[in-house]
Amino acid sequence: MKFQKLLITTLYILFLLLPIYWLVSMSFKTTNEILGVFSLWPIEFTLDNYRKIFTDPTWYNGYINSLIYVVINTVISVSVALPAAYAFSRYRFLGDKHLFFWLLTNRMAPPAVFALPFFQLYSATGLFDTHIAVALAHCLFNIPLAVWILEGFMSGVPKELDETAYLDGYSFWRFFIRIFIPTIAAGIGVAMFFCFMYSWVELLLAKTLTSVEAKPIAATMTRTASTAGYELGLLAAAGTLTIIPGAFVIYFVRNYIAKGFALGRV
Amino acid sequence: MNKISNQRAWWLVVPVVVLVAFNALIPLMTVVNYSVQETFGNNLFFWHGVGWFEQVLTSERFHASLLRQLAFTGMILIIEVPLGIAVALCMPRKGPWVSVCLVLMALPLLIPWNVVGAMWNIFALPDIGLLGRMINGLGIDYNFTQQPVAAWSTTVLMDVWHWTSLVVLLTYAGLCSIPDAYYQAARIDGASSWSVFRYIQLPKLKRVLTIAILLRFMDSFMIYTEPFVLTGGGPGNTTTFLSIDLVKIALGQFDLGPAAAMSLIYFLMVLLVCWVFYTAMMRNEEQ
Repeated sequence: MKFQKLLITTLYILFLLLPIYWLVSMSFKTTNEILGVFSLWPIEFTLDNYRKIFTDPTWYNGYINSLIYVVINTVISVSVALPAAYAFSRYRFLGDKHLFFWLLTNRMAPPAVFALPFFQLYSATGLFDTHIAVALAHCLFNIPLAVWILEGFMSGVPKELDETAYLDGYSFWRFFIRIFIPTIAAGIGVAMFFCFMYSWVELLLAKTLTSVEAKPIAATMTRTASTAGYELGLLAAAGTLTIIPGAFVIYFVRNYIAKGFALGRV
Repeated sequence: MNKISNQRAWWLVVPVVVLVAFNALIPLMTVVNYSVQETFGNNLFFWHGVGWFEQVLTSERFHASLLRQLAFTGMILIIEVPLGIAVALCMPRKGPWVSVCLVLMALPLLIPWNVVGAMWNIFALPDIGLLGRMINGLGIDYNFTQQPVAAWSTTVLMDVWHWTSLVVLLTYAGLCSIPDAYYQAARIDGASSWSVFRYIQLPKLKRVLTIAILLRFMDSFMIYTEPFVLTGGGPGNTTTFLSIDLVKIALGQFDLGPAAAMSLIYFLMVLLVCWVFYTAMMRNEEQ
């Protein structure tokens, strides 16, 4: 029984790692080797693909652009979601349930539905091809998610905490910033993780809203793949580098990850 | 928890409402606007009533992509949910391996979607990919760029690879929250591991599984990037799901009216299913 369980877990993890291994191994191969010989590991080990990415501004700017809008989006989403989640978890007010569901519907909206109107909206407001445009557009699905997660965590904090603080003469904002936010720090971490994740992996809106100045790395990759023929090694190296920020972030939140995925509501 | 009635709480929600409304209502109104108008270019629009809706609802193309979409979503739910539960049950509960497992399993979730598509493309290509080589080595003729069945199974396998971990992590979180006392009581009663699962674990997992199915339903129903990069919707139209079709109509052919009508129908379908799930979930919670 014990052995069986170990086997299933190991097989599943192997299944997850195999395509990633193939991508990483391909990133160290030369184009000739990829197309010419079939080998399980790089024979002519080369770092040229990575060198190209780190020296060519169109490539490394893609990474910088992606990171800029992801960080802006995470900060905006979490900071506006905090007071809203507090309101939802502590108070009843006119239309609160409908509002909550309306927010969630935006998480459900297929980005393909919004691609064209977004393009027109952001062109009309002069924000097209800026980092802030992508960051704002990603708020569409990240704010609802952040509110949902934070509300779950806040509902787990007993209301007596608030009441005691108010009795001690704390004003609302002082209590909120000095006492409440540190109390739910874990929840904020999880919410930031999710905002980071969904903003980092999204491509359709990010691609539609940018052309040159704020072009994300993912878009650089698809354009290279289609225009410059098949530079598979380069593509694989770029792909490998996009995994790193995610892996880095997971490592930091690994202890909260299970709880966070259940949105604090287990 | 008893909540206090307080209308001033609206002030706390205002920033969220303003930001989301800017992003959601204005584009949605644009879509509604296009869906009832006809244009001959030069920004001249004419009232077209529900014509586009009729056209979309009766078009075979829409029926075909909707059918493909439903088949795809159904297939991945049938595979991912049981597989996810099984893996979560097998995962260690304690010890140093827990975080290693969690980190490795969460890895696919944080890879940009087009990279997932590209990764599976080079992994499954029959000439240079590991998977393609392996399957062909077994004597099965496999080429996902030309055979519809192979394209379908590769797309489904890719989605299973990409998203089963979400079900695993949710289920795992649910399992960790079951108190030990439940298991001890079961052991005293001499319950088999199946009845432990059926009568203790499954009922306790109802909530997280609802969230998992809900998230998987909405995300798979709006899937675009991964199959687009992997197969480009082909061969032929065999892997053209709703979003791919919609983007083709809206940004490829620039047929604004039909695209807008299709968007609204599409959105309403997702909304309806999610509303049913959400209401069921909330009712459960109140009990």
